[in-house]
Amino acid sequence: MQHTSISEQRDSSGKTVLQVKHLKKKIGKKWIIHDVTFDVREGEIFGFLGPNGAGKTTTIRMLVDLIKPTEGTIEICGFNVHKDPERAMGYIGSIVENPEVYSYLTGWENLEQFARMLQGVDDERIMEVVEMVRLEQRIHDKVRTYSLGMRQRLGIAQALLGRPKLLILDEPTNGLDPKGIKEMRDFIRRLAADGMALFVSSHLLSEIQLLCDRVAIISHGQVLAVGKVDELIQNNSNYVVWEAHPRESAVDFFANKRIKVIDDPEQILDDSVMAGISPEAIVTQMEGGQMAEFVALFTEQGVQVQSVYKINPTLEQLFLELTEGESIE
Amino acid sequence: MNSIIPLIKNETVKMVRKKRFYVILLVLLVLVPMFTYAQMKISQRNQEKFGSDWRRSVQQAITDNQNSLGSARIPEEWKKFRQVYIQQMKYYLDHDVNPQQPGAVTFTREFMDNASSLFIPLLIMGIGSDIVSSERTAGTVKMLLTKPVRRWKVLLSKLITLIMFVSLTVVSTFVICYGISGLVFGYQGFDMPVFAGFQLQGSNVDLSAVHALPQWLYLFMQMGLIWFVGVVVALLAFMISVLVRSTAASIVIMMAALIAGSILTNMASAWTSAKYLFMVNLELTHYLSGTPAPIEGMTLGFSLAVLAIWGIASLVVSFTVFTKQDILN
Repeated sequence: MQHTSISEQRDSSGKTVLQVKHLKKKIGKKWIIHDVTFDVREGEIFGFLGPNGAGKTTTIRMLVDLIKPTEGTIEICGFNVHKDPERAMGYIGSIVENPEVYSYLTGWENLEQFARMLQGVDDERIMEVVEMVRLEQRIHDKVRTYSLGMRQRLGIAQALLGRPKLLILDEPTNGLDPKGIKEMRDFIRRLAADGMALFVSSHLLSEIQLLCDRVAIISHGQVLAVGKVDELIQNNSNYVVWEAHPRESAVDFFANKRIKVIDDPEQILDDSVMAGISPEAIVTQMEGGQMAEFVALFTEQGVQVQSVYKINPTLEQLFLELTEGESIE
Repeated sequence: MNSIIPLIKNETVKMVRKKRFYVILLVLLVLVPMFTYAQMKISQRNQEKFGSDWRRSVQQAITDNQNSLGSARIPEEWKKFRQVYIQQMKYYLDHDVNPQQPGAVTFTREFMDNASSLFIPLLIMGIGSDIVSSERTAGTVKMLLTKPVRRWKVLLSKLITLIMFVSLTVVSTFVICYGISGLVFGYQGFDMPVFAGFQLQGSNVDLSAVHALPQWLYLFMQMGLIWFVGVVVALLAFMISVLVRSTAASIVIMMAALIAGSILTNMASAWTSAKYLFMVNLELTHYLSGTPAPIEGMTLGFSLAVLAIWGIASLVVSFTVFTKQDILN
């Protein structure tokens, strides 16, 4: 993947933009967030991965001062979000959940509203962000008439108005069509390339894999792991799907070589992945490097290999391994 | 972000674009002609009955009320009202002033007198109830509170805008009343004397403090009192709007309170501690005209103080809750 090489070129020791330390939140008598610690550096795309209900949105709301943490600190460019929100929030642009804007105003009027709350944002800057998100054609129409994708872009325009150092996006590809998702990813990468730090939450591992440099994985209000996305995935087992004929002989070979064949792949693979796999396929657990070895072996033994490909573990699978069997539900 | 002016501008734009204020104007433009027509019918009938001599008409009103005082079916409280009315009418007769002299100013004065306890508070509630809750319902509050502006400033800008629109509502009521009724009754009557200062002493009316005011001054004082009632109702609606997330719920709560008030004023004379409720203190203009207060012991000063305390308490609650609360959805 191309972006992987880009991320490696980037200096991982860039300046820290966002520092979260031992964040905890109690709502009523229940601890929603137990212990969240991570930091985000300049120019990186930081993923925040967890299933729905893991505490992603609650954490994000604390980052942007919508919720006060019970314990712990959040610093943005050195300013405490809850003690000095006027300065700290000046460095952030954010969309929390859906981009909610005033539907009875036009896109432009909405941006004017938010511009008046920021320092040094004039009409020229508004035009600049409108062009960045490519909304020039419709900016003077009422937001009521916008599609979801356009609202999403208006939300981003709003977040970019104040020239933030950190952009917080909560599930930015939710509800977008495939083309929109791709455009969104490209856009996020371009922003990062310009030196902005991005904090992107998602419940899809594939999304994070495609987009992010580093990731924090959260479950039950607790960060399970923080690290480079590729390392996290590589350290955990991969699956290789084989379609071979005759199927039985292939299965026998795997058994002889002590390769684990997954009997009921539906249990561990995403439905979307399962849909692309024929019922005849054999799902094995092996290192990617072993693939060539087996292809050669099968060819030699007269087993026809129709297709071989690697699939990454699902988020659930990754969780199972990180928590050693504790289910995410 | 130091100045609050741009924030007030934002709120004003939203208020205007949401068309809430137009609704108020529309309601006035529909209702005032109806009342004007009704008033016109009354004067026509009086004209037919009593000819051009207004003294006969007043005399008739006095006789009618006096007759009803003898009836056992009429509650004591009502008799008190009638007694006061009789004495006032006699006073007008003695001083050769026509209390019902037709004219736009007289009509406006009477309309405002009746509108102060329910009609104008309802209009104001229409703009006040959703000023905060609509942002919560639509989710746009997240956009407001994630900007580098302190929460109390956001709330204060809303409050100032609301009070501006309350003032505008009171002035518009006057302008529309005067403008429309003038078409029928003529625009005269500013200099007509009005008697104020009737004081109730047991079942007698103390006339020692009665003095004549030019009608324009009376109207001006009346509008001041209505404005004060309006501001207090607005502050209460504002508080409910902060406390309740749904606009519909906040409108229902305010409406129930106001209507309960108008019911209580008619039946609460036995329950004296009801006088500390804000709803029974909304008829400030009645102190001016000399109509007896619904509950023994209520005076203009007392009512002003009760309303002021309710207003200040709602302000304290609004600001405390809004600056501390977690925005969870």
